Amino acid sequence: MLRHRNLVIGAVLALAFLLAAVVSLFWTPFDVAEIDIANKLKKPGDSIYLFGTDHFGRDILSMIMVGARTSIAVALVAVGIGMLFGVPLGLAAASRHGGVLDELIMRTNDLVFAFPALLIAVMITAVFGPSAINAIIAIGIFNIPVFARLTRGAALSVWQRDFILAARVAGKTATRISLEHILPNLLNLLIVQGTIQFSLGILAEAGLSYVGLGAQPPTPSWGRMLAESQTMISFAPHLALFPGFAIVLTVLGLNLFGDGLRDYFDPRIRRGSR
Amino acid sequence: MTLLHVQDLALSINGTPILRDIDFSLTAGQVLGIIGESGSGKSLTAFSIMRLLPPGSLVSGRIALDGDDLGARTETQMCELRGNDIAMIFQEPMTALNPVQTIGDQVAETVRIHRQVSRAQARQIAAATLERVELPNDQFPLSRYPHELSGGQRQRVVIAMAIALRPRLLIADEPTTALDVTTQAQILLLLKKLVAQDGMSLILISHDLAVVAHTADTIVIMRQGRVVEAGDTQRVLAEMQHPYTRQLFDASGHVPVRSAMSTGREVLLKVQGVSRDYPTPRKTLLGKPGFFRALERVSFELYRGEKLGLVGESGCGKSTLTRAILGLEACQEGSISIGGDQIAAGQLMPRAVRRKMQVVFQDPYGSFNPRHKVGRLVAEPFYILDQQPRGTARRAAVSAALESVGLTADDASKYIHEFSGGQRQRIAIARALITRPELIVLDEAVSALDVSIRAQILDLLSELSADHELSYLFISHDLTVVRAVTDRILVMKDGVIVEQGTTEAVFQKPQHPYTRELIAAVPVLEPAS
Amino acid sequence: MLRYILKRLVSLAMTLLVASIIVFLVIEVLPGDPASYMLGLNAQPETVMALREELGLNASKPVRYFTWISGLVTGDFGISYTYRTPVAEMIADRAVISLPLAVYALVLSTLIAFPAGIIAATRRGSAADVSIMGFSQLGVAIPNFWFAMILVTVFAINLRWFSAGGFPGWETGFFNGLKALTLPAIALALPQASILARVMRSSLLDTLGEDFVRSARAKGLSVRQTLWRHALRNALIPVLTIIGLQFSFLLAGAIIIENVFFLPGLGRLIFQGISQRDLIVVESVVMLLVFAVVVVTFLVDVAYAVADPRLRSR
Repeated sequence: MLRHRNLVIGAVLALAFLLAAVVSLFWTPFDVAEIDIANKLKKPGDSIYLFGTDHFGRDILSMIMVGARTSIAVALVAVGIGMLFGVPLGLAAASRHGGVLDELIMRTNDLVFAFPALLIAVMITAVFGPSAINAIIAIGIFNIPVFARLTRGAALSVWQRDFILAARVAGKTATRISLEHILPNLLNLLIVQGTIQFSLGILAEAGLSYVGLGAQPPTPSWGRMLAESQTMISFAPHLALFPGFAIVLTVLGLNLFGDGLRDYFDPRIRRGSR
Repeated sequence: MTLLHVQDLALSINGTPILRDIDFSLTAGQVLGIIGESGSGKSLTAFSIMRLLPPGSLVSGRIALDGDDLGARTETQMCELRGNDIAMIFQEPMTALNPVQTIGDQVAETVRIHRQVSRAQARQIAAATLERVELPNDQFPLSRYPHELSGGQRQRVVIAMAIALRPRLLIADEPTTALDVTTQAQILLLLKKLVAQDGMSLILISHDLAVVAHTADTIVIMRQGRVVEAGDTQRVLAEMQHPYTRQLFDASGHVPVRSAMSTGREVLLKVQGVSRDYPTPRKTLLGKPGFFRALERVSFELYRGEKLGLVGESGCGKSTLTRAILGLEACQEGSISIGGDQIAAGQLMPRAVRRKMQVVFQDPYGSFNPRHKVGRLVAEPFYILDQQPRGTARRAAVSAALESVGLTADDASKYIHEFSGGQRQRIAIARALITRPELIVLDEAVSALDVSIRAQILDLLSELSADHELSYLFISHDLTVVRAVTDRILVMKDGVIVEQGTTEAVFQKPQHPYTRELIAAVPVLEPAS
Repeated sequence: MLRYILKRLVSLAMTLLVASIIVFLVIEVLPGDPASYMLGLNAQPETVMALREELGLNASKPVRYFTWISGLVTGDFGISYTYRTPVAEMIADRAVISLPLAVYALVLSTLIAFPAGIIAATRRGSAADVSIMGFSQLGVAIPNFWFAMILVTVFAINLRWFSAGGFPGWETGFFNGLKALTLPAIALALPQASILARVMRSSLLDTLGEDFVRSARAKGLSVRQTLWRHALRNALIPVLTIIGLQFSFLLAGAIIIENVFFLPGLGRLIFQGISQRDLIVVESVVMLLVFAVVVVTFLVDVAYAVADPRLRSR
């Protein structure tokens, strides 16, 4: 158990926020849409509000729970987009290594890498206006080359192995080999990268909603809670602390979980060896 | 005069005992051979002398160089010793050099860290040392980078780094294992010459009894971290007091029992004038890509029931030819016919033809998808049949194949990592047999195995060919093995078959100069008289 | 070497060309009629016509693209619709804040990460390694803009060592400017330094396990000499890739961080452009940032070839 300490701590943290997000679908301590100026800017622990309230008197805990929903949904769908397009592209590129398709896919990847996720979001927003969907698309597009590159690189090394030759001698096609032999050997790697991109997605979503390119009011999001807290930070620091901690703990949890998974999958990495 | 004396050496790493009761000594100016199979502890014995052990190592016993107890030295004092009095060279020349430094700098570094000399003087010594290892400065200037040299040339640079300061003791850990046989012979010759010139002592570590027997004055035979037998080479090989020495000796020259050479003249595989080009990168930005001719009008025949050997060194075109025969890549000229079905240049091989062949690869670890169970792995070739057996029939076929190679039907439900290297090679053979092919291509199929395991697999192949009327195309760089198991051989160099004939005829009276060079380079193990 | 650089240059030009087509398509073609989009729903038809005329929208799309791109090449980015000033001037005013900020952060990140990564790798398993790795795990998880808010609260509002925001301008002195960029640069650098330190550590550990390191030890080099003379330069090769990628993150991050510190940089400009639907400003800034990222990628490729002789001979 001690050997998988990272895995356990990470899983507990990540699951806690996932749970908060799911619970918020049915129940939150207070209604996040309800404005209650009489109870505005309560300090944590001052009253029935565990984490205090914001300048509209909304319960911070409830907003963090709903914000978890937004963050996790955006990041998860963006990872999904990245994998859905990136993995097949990477597999296809590797199966025709050195061919026109490979070259085309890799050059397109380089091109997308020239646009940081924020710039993609800026362009989409400039034309369509800000929304959570745009954030998903921007982060998702950014994830595609990440997965395509990773898949291609790892697939190429699997293609070098003799068991692929054995499958080719058995008359299997490149597509069939990719699905039957290559993909199963990449799963661990993809799962680990998936958790990393998931955590990066949460950071990216927070950044985008902080500058107003993400989820729009009244949907609470961690990034916008931080943006709104900024002018009040000197007299109401709790407004900035709780959403910030929520982001840090979720991302930390996912990263620890990813690292733990990597160690778990890779028997070569043993503590203190080498 | 004794130069090195190792007494009661024991080593454990993180509490696991690795070496025990290691005793031997080495006379100045002589060659000591250490022989053992993988896991015998021969390399770690060398690293114990150098004191370059992994963290967590615990050494006991006494190692004395010229009476000087090395165990009493501090790490700083050991650094003064390494490269100066004791030097070491390694198995893998491709990775033993720093890829981002010139060879001149790397050789000169040995001089500069031990001697108070100017940069220019160090470079002069480096240049002279490279000349001594037969890398003439006009062809191999100091400014070369490792990636611009071949494996053999890199090994010479590694040797130059080691002998630049004329150490008293050189430890060579499998120095020729990664090299071709002719290069191996040259490197061994170079080492012998340096020993004679400098009066240096040499510890030659190898898994290959033949390599050591030819070079060493005394030998130490190791097994599972212990010295099994040690002494004068001639005496040890003549007496073979320990059964393991005998076993190692027999396995090294093992000749499987064979059925009589096939007399049939029915052609199973006919390769006619096959050529294959590969494009090389463009020399200029818009220039035409060049071509490298991997196969040049290769023609030969393989008769039904025959065991045909194909020998050649790395880069000779063996793998390209294998791929063409297996139908993985079309050839650009010529034709290949199997059992009467002819496939012309540029044509893809139809499945009906491909199913007449199967293949066994070299690497027992890379030959199987680690995610599939043995049953699925062995049954994979069924895919090429029009009617794949299903259910009970499929399971019965897998069981029969596994049993025919000496495994059990239960092994089908295990994963590949549960098997040893030798067992994996048996599974690879089971996979090749399952579709009852007529021809099995053995692509360096026993090259990665220890000699005793290799002998067992060769016996198995021999039995199977008799039972299943198989024909083999036996591809190998190891001439000893090819001589032991094949009826006829082809000798290949630079994409051309330079000689072919019955195995005994070619070995006894080689016609082509290259064949002669190749055969002369093979270290032969003969019982000492 | 020259051939390699030439090849990279061609690839750089190709990337820029295709990137410009994409930016043009997304911003000038996707919205339908940019003029009516910029003016909003209640615009008079005459105003729309006038703007179409001014923006040259009546020409065909390829002609418009060509006019735009040749303008970019000659430094004519067009006139901002809202500010009525040349976009090139506006960008020049803002870029002298954003680009130095990104470079400053990159330098800080490297200065922190290299020693940390080297210490962690060479003393693997020690207390130093464990705490460096622990801090970096935390650093990776902290959003830079939140970290910036904390820095402002502690060092500007409470300790009053720095001003809470704004930029005095380089003309008031180099160090004044640098001081105003210090907190933002730290906020940007720390999370990136955490990533870089981890990459440095694992790359160095990989290199220390290589055969040539063993060869160097067999020559008589001490552990420390082996590290400095052989391992480090080889370990740097993968680290370079990450530094290149980080520049684009830092540039994007700079845009966000500018909001925290009220820095009048490209980020502020781009958000003003978005809220005022000033498409000319948006597309110019996006193109400039893409240009910066692509140029840095090119520089990293060149640095690669300098570090690794195997690439030069290709």
